[in-house]
Amino acid sequence: MLEVPGWPGHRAGQHVDVRLTAEDGYSAQRSYSIASAPQGTALELTVQRLDDGEVSPYLTQTLGVGQPLELRGPVGGWFVWDADGTAPVLLVAGGSGLVPLMAMIRARAQAANRVPFRLIYSVRDPAAALYATELIERQRVGDGLGVTYLYTRTAPAGSPLPVGRISADVIASSGLPPADSPRVFVCGPTGFVETTAGLLVAAGHDPGAIKTERFGPSGGQS
Amino acid sequence: MGIVSPGFSGRRRADSDKLPPGQYLVTDFPVLSAGPTPRVDSASWRLTVRTETGQVRSWDWAAFLALPSEEVTVDLHCVTKWSKLGTRWRGVSIDTLLDGAETAADYAMAHSYGGYTTNLPLADLVDGQAWVAFEYDGDPLEPEHGGPARLLVPHLYLWKSAKWVQGIDLSDDDEPGFWESLGYHNYGDPWREQRYWGDLRGGSPRLGRSRRRRRQRGLSCWRFPGGRATAQASMWTSG
Repeated sequence: MLEVPGWPGHRAGQHVDVRLTAEDGYSAQRSYSIASAPQGTALELTVQRLDDGEVSPYLTQTLGVGQPLELRGPVGGWFVWDADGTAPVLLVAGGSGLVPLMAMIRARAQAANRVPFRLIYSVRDPAAALYATELIERQRVGDGLGVTYLYTRTAPAGSPLPVGRISADVIASSGLPPADSPRVFVCGPTGFVETTAGLLVAAGHDPGAIKTERFGPSGGQS
Repeated sequence: MGIVSPGFSGRRRADSDKLPPGQYLVTDFPVLSAGPTPRVDSASWRLTVRTETGQVRSWDWAAFLALPSEEVTVDLHCVTKWSKLGTRWRGVSIDTLLDGAETAADYAMAHSYGGYTTNLPLADLVDGQAWVAFEYDGDPLEPEHGGPARLLVPHLYLWKSAKWVQGIDLSDDDEPGFWESLGYHNYGDPWREQRYWGDLRGGSPRLGRSRRRRRQRGLSCWRFPGGRATAQASMWTSG
């Protein structure tokens, strides 16, 4: 959680650039998606720590409460959902790709927008699932948010989908039909996004309605 | 220099003099696209160049491959902050595509299969600075990296190197392309770190007016003195 005095607000799905500077002036920058709905000057980032990363270990282990941090943004005007949206929305997340989609889910709830939202969340196992408790609570409200977990390595007992990768079957059973003309947001590692976007197009979704955000192994979120 | 982050030392690299400010090295080849990857069959592929007077020249795949091509080894710099050094491509120089064309245009707009666009000064496409590339590292260019053919303009951020390029339109007027309309810098020089609308240092001199106009519309930078609560955030400007 960051307190950013003067933060001008953001749109759900946008990211910020974070810059760290060493004492000798060396600096490193990375982009991180904003997890929070637009609200005042508070900003929540969710950072996945990569053991061999240059920036994420600092943010997750070294940076202490109250220490200053430089950031810049909001950045990005494409992979965004505005809370006055009226079309149904299909969200497909791989791993930490859930973060910008979570901002959209939160923005929808904050605006009391009841437009149908479906989330397909592909994640290694239950322990790796982000925002698990919050997503349960948000579904319980019964305002049109549906969440389907797709576990790629270990599924808990009673999981509706078998362990596996994203597939045409999963998209057909857990997504929204192309006939509903949903807006589609896909975020995750490059391979996941490539596969998912291809499956969505093959299923009949309008390529122009599919927005993607990708990060490679080192492609932006380390 | 920005605010020092206590306890941060970072990881300097041997090749750091080849890295523009704010970039870090990668050895893989990340993919960044705004939507699904278009699958373009080379049998139906065409590349079309239009001048500002409406003169059109067009190549199908066979005619394009019959043009003289060059092998180039260049460094790539993506606005998402990764850089990849020494990448090897084969492509047709834009000079070759424009050879004999009558144009006095100052600007170009690249159009891609899938609807992507990006704008550049024509001066940045000519004189051996840009190619339509169809091979990467000795192999046909993969669709996710822009195949069958993509623009390659290595001296600008990589979003200017339009994947799946199908046309280049020359014009007297500069219009923003896809990312240029969505907060990204109109010119995109990595060495001047021209990432976003607020980054005003230099740029192509001719673009001064449009940059000023855009500054009022869009993303800007803020400097904050710090604050309270959990972790303070401050903003940097790009001055």
